[in-house]
Amino acid sequence: MKAASDNALQRESKARRHSEAWHHLKWPLIALAVVLLFNFFFTPLFFHLEMKDGRIYGSLIDILNRAAPVMLLSLGMTIVIATGGVDLSVGAVMAIAGSIAALLITKSSYSFLSIVILTVCACAVAGTWNGVLVAYAQVQPIVATLILMVAGRGIAQLLTNGQIITFENPSFAFFGGGTFLALPFPITIVAVTFAILSTLVNRTAAGLFIEAVGDNEKASNYSGINTRLVKLAAYTLGGICAGLAGLIVASDIKAADANNAGLYLELDSILAVVVGGTALTGGRFFLLSSLAGALLIQTITTTILTRAIPVEFTLIVKAVVIIIVCLLQSEEFRKKALQLVRRKS
Amino acid sequence: MRITAKQIPIIATLAVCLLLYGTAAIAFHDRGFFSVGVFVNFFIDNAMLGIASIGMTFVILSGGIDLSVGSVIGLTSIFIASAMDRYKLPPIVAIFVALLGGTVFGGGMGAVIRYFGLPPFLVTLAGMFFARGAGFLLHLESVPIDHPFYNALSEFHLALGGGIELTASALIFLATFIIAIYLAQYTRFGRNVYALGGNEQSAVLMGLPTGSVKMRVYALSGFCSALAGVVYTLGLSGNPSAAVGLELDAIAAVVIGGTLLTGGVGYVAGTLLGVLILGIIQTAITFQGSLSSWWTKIAIGVLLLIFILLQRFVQTRKLRTTAS
Repeated sequence: MKAASDNALQRESKARRHSEAWHHLKWPLIALAVVLLFNFFFTPLFFHLEMKDGRIYGSLIDILNRAAPVMLLSLGMTIVIATGGVDLSVGAVMAIAGSIAALLITKSSYSFLSIVILTVCACAVAGTWNGVLVAYAQVQPIVATLILMVAGRGIAQLLTNGQIITFENPSFAFFGGGTFLALPFPITIVAVTFAILSTLVNRTAAGLFIEAVGDNEKASNYSGINTRLVKLAAYTLGGICAGLAGLIVASDIKAADANNAGLYLELDSILAVVVGGTALTGGRFFLLSSLAGALLIQTITTTILTRAIPVEFTLIVKAVVIIIVCLLQSEEFRKKALQLVRRKS
Repeated sequence: MRITAKQIPIIATLAVCLLLYGTAAIAFHDRGFFSVGVFVNFFIDNAMLGIASIGMTFVILSGGIDLSVGSVIGLTSIFIASAMDRYKLPPIVAIFVALLGGTVFGGGMGAVIRYFGLPPFLVTLAGMFFARGAGFLLHLESVPIDHPFYNALSEFHLALGGGIELTASALIFLATFIIAIYLAQYTRFGRNVYALGGNEQSAVLMGLPTGSVKMRVYALSGFCSALAGVVYTLGLSGNPSAAVGLELDAIAAVVIGGTLLTGGVGYVAGTLLGVLILGIIQTAITFQGSLSSWWTKIAIGVLLLIFILLQRFVQTRKLRTTAS
């Protein structure tokens, strides 16, 4: 009898979680639909897809492909933000990943797979460093990750001796430019990472722990969760995602550019997470919505590019999107807006 | 005089500053590092960063953060240059409008933070994107400035005797610094900023105007950024991509200067020391010759780490003393 009621309770809470996830997925999807609809009517050939040499080409595929690095970053960033933190160093970690990969390709004879694994491990270490500072030294996340953000690009430049290292490596080029299942390979990387992460947070207790730490760290500590370990793991995960994103970028341009690789992408990924409805204060998080947020940003950018609007507008549009989304999420704004409407009517 | 926990960071800053300067002076004495000329150059070369850092100090003291600093510098510089170039605005008017614009822009961000309770990090991030985009809309590339008044201003030198001269930008920096110290230590506004950063709830309960202080802090930072933009134009050009990432250097200077990022503790004078430390590292690496510029970033990162860990140590000690 008790088991049955427990089951019902579980089902109910699961249904509630699903409806909440949907509620947060709704807004970025609606915004995405609006932008796509605009393109449907005003941008010729925007929805045009064609098959060439076993790969699909078209604006939509291009958006998915170009959004891949930010999508990967936003997955890791969602987890970090859910624990109540933020990771400013992901752009710099991407640059480190590019430099390490370039060094390994040009200076060693390791196979493609070991290069990827070594690079991702190095980025995991970088993420763990952030995690140690935040979880064990208890430094504010913005500040703790600022250190690696500043020093990380220096380290990346140190590795490449300040030069842009170019390389030719067919198997590594596949990572960012290859075709898999008729789609660019980065899309597969994002899909697999998302699948692994969402299984991890939905099928195991990890998701609950992350949410609990973000909601109330003290309470979760008292209830027996190893809050420090959860935070450490979150930043390590952020480092791994940044490493993958850095590999995609380096493979795509066939070079390691320590100065520009991943520049400002930490801000884009934070924006994607916030647009996706995960609050910066931590707690509830929505991986799929963050992906939708990243797609929205890239769709806006691509729309601006294809419509020959000056590219500089992208920055202003991004600024307006951040403010609107944040205002909609702000309790005080909604209260004040409601008051205003009521007073008028 | 007893040293309190609050003063440990700034004493550490002073020690690091003297240590770095002494080491560099001894290591490069044959190349004339230890000279008044090089010392004065710290103020001339870092005037832009210094002015921006002073604004940032107030924001961080109040418990906030301002990421829009670099972009506002870029926007201001390109605004002044293109206003004089395209619309033939007199320089004084262009500078005045730019300073006013920067103040209003900062105040606007402060208003959003105040009235809607949004995190400063996000609001100023949006401000950063907005100002950078607006700068690029005005002009995509660098615009030269050629005006008798501006040429005279950028040529201006205040002779201190012995061949040592201060430029207009260094003078603006020093003036801002002195006014900022007065503002922070001797005015009601300054005390309110410290109170707000120390504990917002207590500040509200004490009846302090926390809301308007918040707004004014960001307006002040906007003004300082615009002033730093004016200093940039003294190089006789305006550039929409000027000072990219300068906000990070400014935050680093403030933190290395001993201001706690949680707010409420710190001194404007510490920020001056922080800017000097960054300048000494930069100059020492140039003097050394064989070290590459990226060592600057790594050195700043290491210093940041040391100071942040020191701050943690001070905070835990403070907690323990209040608990006992």
